Amino acid sequence: MLDDLRELYQEVILDHGKNPRNFRRPESFSREAVGNNPMCGDALVIYLSLDDDQTITDVAFQGKGCAISVASASMMTEVVKGMTVEKAEALFKAFHAMCTGDDDASQILDSFDEETVERLRMLAGVRQFPMRVKCATLAWHTMDAAVNGSHEISTE
Amino acid sequence: MNTAQIAAAASAAAARAGDNSSLAFDVDRVRQDFPILSQEVHGKPLVYLDNGASAQKPRQVIDAMSNAYETYYANVHRGVHFLSQRSTEEYEAARKKIATFLNARSENEIVFTGSATEAINLVAHAYGRTFLKEGDEIILSHMEHHANIVPWQLLRDDIGVVLRIVPVDEDGNLMFEEYEKLLNPKTKLVAMTHISNALGTIVPIGDIIRLAHDQGAKVLVDGCQAVPHMDVDMQALGADFYVFAPHKVYGPTGIGVLYGREELLNTMPPWQGGGDMIVNVSFEKSTFQKAPLRFEAGTPAIVEAIGLGAAIDYVSTLGMENIAAHEEGLLHYATEKLSAVDGLRIIGQAREKAAIVSFVMECAHPHDIGTIVDRAGVAIRTGHHCAEPIMDRYGVSATARASFGLYSTREEVDVLADAIGFVREMFG
Repeated sequence: MLDDLRELYQEVILDHGKNPRNFRRPESFSREAVGNNPMCGDALVIYLSLDDDQTITDVAFQGKGCAISVASASMMTEVVKGMTVEKAEALFKAFHAMCTGDDDASQILDSFDEETVERLRMLAGVRQFPMRVKCATLAWHTMDAAVNGSHEISTE
Repeated sequence: MNTAQIAAAASAAAARAGDNSSLAFDVDRVRQDFPILSQEVHGKPLVYLDNGASAQKPRQVIDAMSNAYETYYANVHRGVHFLSQRSTEEYEAARKKIATFLNARSENEIVFTGSATEAINLVAHAYGRTFLKEGDEIILSHMEHHANIVPWQLLRDDIGVVLRIVPVDEDGNLMFEEYEKLLNPKTKLVAMTHISNALGTIVPIGDIIRLAHDQGAKVLVDGCQAVPHMDVDMQALGADFYVFAPHKVYGPTGIGVLYGREELLNTMPPWQGGGDMIVNVSFEKSTFQKAPLRFEAGTPAIVEAIGLGAAIDYVSTLGMENIAAHEEGLLHYATEKLSAVDGLRIIGQAREKAAIVSFVMECAHPHDIGTIVDRAGVAIRTGHHCAEPIMDRYGVSATARASFGLYSTREEVDVLADAIGFVREMFG
């Protein structure tokens, strides 16, 4: 019991869950989208600022959710800032693959820098908890929606 | 209740539960009827505390359904052959058992539907679209399940009825005086839960019905959380419609029950057309059966009805009053145990409560609580319980909910409390 849970709820995740980074509504932003997880009632808003080269110059979020969804959103804001939209989307696919246990696809992760990979791998524990994959990927789905011009998504 | 009252109630209930377990109700023996309960989950004995969502099935129900498929299954109300006749008899016998169990006047007042949700939708269609008109008012409570909100919203969008909502107070009691104020000559229907699935509040539904009838309004009661836990008497309550979910009463899924007063059902047009609900069909005109068959188009959930009959026999043999007393003891014990946890807040402390304990913790989101206690073998529901308005009322997006059944034990409450202790250790 404890090993799985300790792997899921690592100290870093608990810390991001309690003290999320970039938890704010920026004064200005280019895109926003709302992500809902109707099963648990969680909702996040992601705010993206893009420059002319489609680089993410700022990313922030607000909302409420479980430790996993808040920590994942917090960690996402840290890793995608400074990336191009294209690269962030590739990272989303790799991260999603890691969470669902698709090892081939998640190898794409290795093409990213070590710090990013190490950080996102903290959330790999959700693979043991299939019901929680939606929590870990909610922020990423919402970012994807913001990038693609959708204003609201649901993970159901 | 304040803490002292809860403690006093708990010790009184403990004494009662002790009496019951030694005399009328032997929970250890009852548990042996439920094959699923003896398994381990994540290496721990299963502690199933999600009975509000769905209850487990006793051997008697499983056997009745297997026996039907193995020995006499055929379609009902169709052939003259032996198996069809036997299946029809068993299917109709189940209807009769439910009528007796609910103290309906006749089995013609029992309609089988696909689910309790479908039963409410049936009334919204067949009664609502026939007898209600623009400007008529429907009263709901703030603590309804989505299944008793959305069908009325669809009706509102369709024909322009107005929905009025009775608030609940901080403890989760229905504010009865506000209900009295909302009642007026435009009130045509009251659609209200008997017991809140999210809070456990027992609504004084008899008084609700009486006052509604004084205004000439009809009443639909959502009895999904009540029928498994207490004696429910249609003639004493006087409800016009009463729905329940067989799978929460230790019966199968795939079937729901609508009780409706016979004379009222027979004034309502069909809501779905097809086989079994007609008397004659020609291309010019069809004529329809009376209730209940008028509302049972298509091949029904035959074996599920038979399984439900077995479930009704099962709880009737145990005695609803014994089940209620056993669960009341558990409610007080669980309330006492969980109230003692620092940073845990019970949502819903109504004066009259069923064995449902909804709670939130300062240190952890309900979803995280659910995952952690699951690893201790404990199944609880986490989320908004399909009752978002009442979650909003208490300023939460979700709660963790332990809901007890006839096979639940104090030892299981202890396992839950220990697992919650571990949540605090991890997140606190």
